[in-house]
Amino acid sequence: MRFIFKTSYDQDIDLAKHGGHRFWYGLLVVLLVAATWTVPEYWLSQLTFILIYGIAGLGLMLLAGYTGLFSLGHAAFLGVGAYTEGVLAAQGWPFPLSLACAMGLSAAVGVVVGLPALRVKGIYLGIATLAFGFIVEEGLARWESVTGGNAGFHLKAIDLFGWKVASAESFYLLCLVLAVAATLAMLNLLRSPTGRAFVAIRDSEISAQSMGIHLARTKSLSFALSAALAGMAGALYAHKLNFISPDQFNILQSIDLLLMVVIGGLGSVHGAFLGAAFLIAMPQLISLGKDWLPPAIGQAAGLQGVVYGSVLIAFVMFEPMGLYGRWLKIRTWLQLMPFYRKGMFKRQKSFQKSDRLK
Amino acid sequence: MQLVQLLVSGAAQGCIYGLIALGFVLIYKATETVSFAQGDLMMVGAFIGLACMAFAGFPFWLAVPASIVAMAAVGFGVERIVIRPILGEPAFSIVMLTIGIGYVSRGLITMIPGIGTKTHALPVPYKDIAFHLGGLVLAAEQLVIIGVTAALCAVLYAMFRYTRAGIAMQAASQNQLAAYYMGIPVKRLNAMVWALAAMVAAVAGLLLAPITFVHANMGLIGLKAFPAAVVGGFGSLPGAIVGGLVIGIVESLAGFYLPEGVKDIAAYVVVLVMLMVRPNGLFGESLRKKV
Repeated sequence: MRFIFKTSYDQDIDLAKHGGHRFWYGLLVVLLVAATWTVPEYWLSQLTFILIYGIAGLGLMLLAGYTGLFSLGHAAFLGVGAYTEGVLAAQGWPFPLSLACAMGLSAAVGVVVGLPALRVKGIYLGIATLAFGFIVEEGLARWESVTGGNAGFHLKAIDLFGWKVASAESFYLLCLVLAVAATLAMLNLLRSPTGRAFVAIRDSEISAQSMGIHLARTKSLSFALSAALAGMAGALYAHKLNFISPDQFNILQSIDLLLMVVIGGLGSVHGAFLGAAFLIAMPQLISLGKDWLPPAIGQAAGLQGVVYGSVLIAFVMFEPMGLYGRWLKIRTWLQLMPFYRKGMFKRQKSFQKSDRLK
Repeated sequence: MQLVQLLVSGAAQGCIYGLIALGFVLIYKATETVSFAQGDLMMVGAFIGLACMAFAGFPFWLAVPASIVAMAAVGFGVERIVIRPILGEPAFSIVMLTIGIGYVSRGLITMIPGIGTKTHALPVPYKDIAFHLGGLVLAAEQLVIIGVTAALCAVLYAMFRYTRAGIAMQAASQNQLAAYYMGIPVKRLNAMVWALAAMVAAVAGLLLAPITFVHANMGLIGLKAFPAAVVGGFGSLPGAIVGGLVIGIVESLAGFYLPEGVKDIAAYVVVLVMLMVRPNGLFGESLRKKV
């Protein structure tokens, strides 16, 4: 068991609470950097996807997990980022500049989408974002002069002021740097007054408002930041695949993103990356398991959907805190070793209250 | 005449949206959650109807009630197995859960060997019959859809308005805990509502089947029913049908008069405008949240 004796406020808001944190996260970074040269190319590319989806997950986590506004059209922001990056890269812009533009445009679109959020909430907001997602997808498919329509769009390699990021290794390192930067920025944001305001809005809009939080501004900001992160992920995604088409940014992608943050654990930064790892690892596990199953089941087309759906149902029913919540329980068990009680994380019985009348 | 023709076919399509939206509204009215599985329940209903008619050899008049009853059992089972354990959790959890149910049911249907991945035609007796009414061509399928929808809507409206169960469902939706205290069996009511929603889904599936054929992805039409439910006001049964009609007619007109591609997003443009102008929909009650 560890007791932390706090002597100053700085210590209270420190990102690394104690030496253990510094050691383990340092080790993780070292391992991830070392992976560039030690891991085979296929697995390195899977790791790259985990990082890219993790960045998108951070964005959605900020919106859904911390501000309590859930979006069913997040793939649209991914698409806006990807296409902006693609078009600007084709015109020979340097990568940092085009990435900033992709993030900026996504954020601007995010603010526009956030406008209904100021008036509606809950499921209505979900439907507004869903509708927006469809409109963007259709727009990408129809605006052929810029996006190439349904035929898709090929991207050039990243140009970092003359240094071409063409190999898988260097692209992985670039993603790693951006993912670490995004995570640190997110952690920093969450301990700032703005981040606390997000959480306050999630927990109760009325009490947040009465504490002097400007609801409209804070919600728009949350949408903008979330969309900017999704735009960054979209830009990287486009370069990773070298080819983008509108159907990569459809409703199924949006649902995948949502599934990712729910399974990872809503309201935790870890959850974004754990969920991304899950999302990428799942198809691999399914294809491994196929050989063990009888061919009638193993070769069926719908197997993946069934597994995804059942895992989602199982998480919502048994582990609402997601993978991160499961880890928290294991960690608590280890910390309290002989004193862990069974009912420690038992869910309280709750009754649903109406949003309409309160 | 062209316009009337467009209006009729839009209305028929709109009734399908309205029927799926009815399912949303039923579940929303009684449990204050939104079921994303409604479109997929419709798909399952259509497949059960197909199984009854094409494989078990039932005549049409027997296959319809059989598949409706079977879907009631499915709805009841779904509520019992996955929804009830998390009763009272935040609405977001239940939304994710229903997305999961949708995935599973779509996957399971696809996994049926030899049937799931193919497109089937449902052999209904009124297929390919058309009435000519002074230059107007009315397909029997469309008329059946419009008629059945109107009847179903009236029955459900009367149920919520006049029966004890319907009023109890509304009470449970407004405040679960208070409903418990008043002696309302909230859990049993929830199961009933899910069964009812599944039955409505079965009807929608059977009506839609002659037009779009039966296949595993036919449930995706449910995504167009959300705008219908929102336009009508999420808590209103007649609103769902009216919303469906609005969406269906707008789509049909947009498909004819506006450039290609607008038809697919017309429903979503309408719903965005609606949310900006009147977030509570055409028939929704507007209640301010108080502290």
